[in-house]
Amino acid sequence: MAFVNFTKTELKNLFKKPATEKYPEGPSTIKDATRGHVANNMDACVLCSVCQMRCPTGAITVDRKAQTWTIRPFSCIQCRRCVDNCPKKSLSMQKEYTEPDMTKSEQVYELSDKQKQFLAEQARQAAERAAAAMEAKKKAAEEKKAQAAANAESLTKPPVNDEKKADDKKEG
Amino acid sequence: MASKRSVIPFGPQHPVLPEPIHIDLVTEDEKVVEAIPSIGFVHRGLEHLVTKKDFGEMVYVAERICGICSFGHGYGYVNAIEHIMDIHPTDRARYVRTLLFELSRMHSHILWLGLMADAFGFESLFMETWKYREKVLDMLEAATGGRVIFSIIRIGGLRKDVPDDVLKGFLPELDNIVEGIKACEKSFLSDPAVLSRLKGVGYLSKEDAINLSCEGPMLRASGVAHDNRTRGYAAYDDVDFEIITSDEGDSYGRCYVRIQEIYQSADIIRQCIEKMPQEGIYVPIKGFPNGEYMTIIEQPRGGACYYVHASGKKFIERMRVRTPTFANIPALAKTLQGCDVADVPILVVTIDPCISCTER
Repeated sequence: MAFVNFTKTELKNLFKKPATEKYPEGPSTIKDATRGHVANNMDACVLCSVCQMRCPTGAITVDRKAQTWTIRPFSCIQCRRCVDNCPKKSLSMQKEYTEPDMTKSEQVYELSDKQKQFLAEQARQAAERAAAAMEAKKKAAEEKKAQAAANAESLTKPPVNDEKKADDKKEG
Repeated sequence: MASKRSVIPFGPQHPVLPEPIHIDLVTEDEKVVEAIPSIGFVHRGLEHLVTKKDFGEMVYVAERICGICSFGHGYGYVNAIEHIMDIHPTDRARYVRTLLFELSRMHSHILWLGLMADAFGFESLFMETWKYREKVLDMLEAATGGRVIFSIIRIGGLRKDVPDDVLKGFLPELDNIVEGIKACEKSFLSDPAVLSRLKGVGYLSKEDAINLSCEGPMLRASGVAHDNRTRGYAAYDDVDFEIITSDEGDSYGRCYVRIQEIYQSADIIRQCIEKMPQEGIYVPIKGFPNGEYMTIIEQPRGGACYYVHASGKKFIERMRVRTPTFANIPALAKTLQGCDVADVPILVVTIDPCISCTER
């Protein structure tokens, strides 16, 4: 009596809640592990470009001059590779999906003022260090030059001595 | 009076299949005399991409060969590379891979059941089966974070661990799904109206199945006990399962084999959760692959071959995928001979065609 079998299922379904969600009217259920979209915390980002290098689809662009971090959600495949490789842990995977769009839009994140100051300070320190290193290098080079000159002098002297010695020997 | 032959084109756009396959049906009255399949409508050149992508990035491309057996394709590629580089993934990685593989198989087989119900015109049964497929997709999402493309596998192991409490949560879900499919099974295997559409339709003898080199449930439904999982990749060595076969050889037999495999997959998942080792999930890799390897794994639709040839560089030289649908198309042409025109959609669905896989 297979007819009765499926009728039972159908009757049960009549009195059950719908198996589907009425999504735009109510919230959709999202799992903890869901990979929705990538977001960047611009208070921690140092624009190191590792995410740009690791992205398999080239969806991320890092512009150090303009101090912006751009993602194209239409190219992103939510593989989580950038998040796994972020050295400062500023990238994170959000659970919510991005909203549909009529154009292939871009999301531009600008560096926060705090982070801009931090990076400027870092750059200044790095420049100072570089200048100091350059100075030290110059000094070292000069010293080396002086040493070399001294050595050359000492090297040019002995032949004179040798000649003298030879002369001495001859005389002897 | 000899009846006149005429050719009916089936596809590439046909309501029964969302994917493009074209079959020229040479018919005599209501009978199909000959079927000439042709493919090549969705070739995307994914195999050629290996020469453009870093071998680690290629996993994401391999996964995108197919939307239904995406985990299997990712696994096949990773398995070949791991053999070339002599990497042995940790036990936990092997078990989680097996578990996800079986979840994909459940998802694929339940999807097929729905498509089959749709093909023979049982709409409510189609929706009932897909209700359970949705639950499997939810489980996959809870485990990996993706519903269709999982991006969890990588060379050397997994990219993300699946927490134990999530795995434990699968057990009651599995019971629910198996119970639901058991209720549907009665309609598939004992409903007189359904039986009249399945029994004796598309009969393929054991000899023909072997000679036409069929794969997967199509082969097992003709009584050949062949399952590549017995080769023992991933953790299939450590779990108990038996090859499911049917001697019917027709659409009914294929339906039976796939329904039984859903239960078997649920059983393998339970075993994996029970035996799940506590270990790391990733073994670091060094250098680039150098050498070649060919691996064969059992996808939901049958055995799929992956060939990788690497020469110690960042980019791989050649990759080749032979998918089960490609192996089953000759059998489809064979079973279509002599069938009614009304049975053609059922017979096309019965091989579980995945044309995007086949053409890559």
